[in-house]
Amino acid sequence: MSEEKKAPRKKLAAAADINQFMRDYYLELDAAAAAGSPKIAWCTSVGPAEILRAMGFLVYFPETHSAMLGATRMATDLIPEANAIGYSPDICSYLTADIGAFLRGVTPLQKAFGIQSIPRPDVLVYNTNQCRDVQDWFVWYGEKFNAPVLGVHTYRGVDEVTDRHIVSIAKQLEALIPPLEKIAGRRFEMEDLRRAVDLSRQCSELWKQILDTAAARPSPITFFDGTTLMGPAVVGRGTPKAVEVYRKLLAELEERIRRGEGALEEERYRIYWDGMPVWGRLSAHAQLFASLRANVLASTYCNSWIFSALDPNDPIPSMARAYTELFIVRSDEAKEDYIRRMLSFFQVDGIIYHDAKTCPNNSNCRYGMPQRLEKETGIPSLILNGDLNDLRLISDEQTKTNVEAFIEQLEERRS
Amino acid sequence: MSEAALYVGCDVGSSRTKVAVLDAGGRILGLAVRKSGTDFTATAEACLAEALAAAGTDAGRIARAVSTGYGRLNVRYAHEQRTEIGCHAGGCYHAFPRAITVIDIGGQDNKVIKLDAAGRRTGFKMNRKCAAGTGAFLEEMAARLDIPLERMNAMAERSTDMVRLGSFCTVFSATEVLEHIRHGKKIEDIVKGVFYSMIKRIVEMDSLTAEVVMTGGVVAHNPYLVRMMEELIGRPVLVPPHPQFTGAIGAALYARSGSGEP
Repeated sequence: MSEEKKAPRKKLAAAADINQFMRDYYLELDAAAAAGSPKIAWCTSVGPAEILRAMGFLVYFPETHSAMLGATRMATDLIPEANAIGYSPDICSYLTADIGAFLRGVTPLQKAFGIQSIPRPDVLVYNTNQCRDVQDWFVWYGEKFNAPVLGVHTYRGVDEVTDRHIVSIAKQLEALIPPLEKIAGRRFEMEDLRRAVDLSRQCSELWKQILDTAAARPSPITFFDGTTLMGPAVVGRGTPKAVEVYRKLLAELEERIRRGEGALEEERYRIYWDGMPVWGRLSAHAQLFASLRANVLASTYCNSWIFSALDPNDPIPSMARAYTELFIVRSDEAKEDYIRRMLSFFQVDGIIYHDAKTCPNNSNCRYGMPQRLEKETGIPSLILNGDLNDLRLISDEQTKTNVEAFIEQLEERRS
Repeated sequence: MSEAALYVGCDVGSSRTKVAVLDAGGRILGLAVRKSGTDFTATAEACLAEALAAAGTDAGRIARAVSTGYGRLNVRYAHEQRTEIGCHAGGCYHAFPRAITVIDIGGQDNKVIKLDAAGRRTGFKMNRKCAAGTGAFLEEMAARLDIPLERMNAMAERSTDMVRLGSFCTVFSATEVLEHIRHGKKIEDIVKGVFYSMIKRIVEMDSLTAEVVMTGGVVAHNPYLVRMMEELIGRPVLVPPHPQFTGAIGAALYARSGSGEP
């Protein structure tokens, strides 16, 4: 009578292709690192990957590596290593987990793919659109590997994206090209960039269509699925393979919709998630919500790798626009407008804000937004205190009670 | 629903386990409380036996039982579990059936729950991970001051010049307390400062709209907190008849309704 309820989760067949994609991606990087060719560029998750691909670099994304440290629950033991050399437990736990892993000489790539270490960079390129922490993170590795560090410094709190923003960011992107040419040992060709931007745009469009399938009732996908299926959108954009795997995934989700099949056995409540995932609790959270017949089906986070502005006919300015239209750099007014549209599009019953202790940039509940949106839309909200990677900042029991009470509240609204 | 049927609510909190036995009319027939200890299942059983004895009956009449609290999954005789947020709300609404804001000060966490006139939750907040402002905070401070917990309320009432504790953090607050001791402050004034710090932690959790109801074991044993809250917010605060048992009563009311509304 009093046992925890277990709710079965349905697996997507295309998830195996995505796993294979990630395996191939890391093995290719590992081989290049061993051979010294092709050259390797490290890039932030919404950095100028298309320029790097156009110049023949293989591109490695430390944020994805750190998400793996979180998902494998290695992060919490590694973060103190970085704390001990002066990186506070209050700053980005992607940074502290990743630097901690490097100091300890461990990587989740070992267990997952038999890879002994992360690939040595020939150059590191960041865009501060995620946060300032990525700059500190890359500079630290730049010194370790004696590799050049280049960066784009973005605008923050952007209300409307104007031509002035675009011109400024485009200039910064263009300024990356001469030093990258020297490192790559080849000339930059605009045609190559057009191709990369075209592939990125295709990947982005497919990823958007994949996430938009959640508007169906029942939704064929969950946010928790999305956090692992998004790998190709992050590390593979600008490549033909990413486009290929996403076509297959989209077809499978559309087939689920045709059959009226949801991601959960029963979808009684539809929830929107704002903020970072708790990587070390993906499975536990998926189970918790499924047991309450609640589908967390859409999120700001997974949507953040949709770059609809990318245009192969106008590659650099369109990259500047795509990377400035990004949710995370926008004003609260622009963010609220975006979330309002998402709540309506996905027909959401409730919204959960994850207040990630070490990620203020991606925690949108600290300046009254939940209260404002709830007042306007009437859609109830819940704030969960937690973190993306540092499990010391999480109380599972409080999370469970909060989520269960929130679903009870939604239930009462219907009665 | 048989007249003889009984409904049981069991609230296994981090500090105490409470059981309430109700009849079909919602009248309280028996109550029992024990330290939760380390074996929640056994404590819940013992507490039920005690409450049934107080009601002058036996387990054979139990129609349905609902458990709540941290240990809600450890109660073997429960047919269903509900969160303590739902149960405290239900228990308070039963006592005050109108739009209310419920404040529950528990051993491990605090809750602010808002109910509309129909008793439906419109929102709720739990304190963050920190223990400041909870029963655990009070226990820690009592230990630091070397005062039995049950004497704290009377001491706070005797204060004439309350000290102010500025910190969010239990550990930092304890350091502040030591500093006040070193400076020769009266213990009564420090205890009242501890109480004031607790209610300050609560009022910053959410805006207190509608009539305010305070509940929970900490309030039951330290009614001076209610008076201090009234002074702080400038209006009367209601307390249900059995504040420590509100969660258990709310759970029993859920049991009586079968499921759904208490």
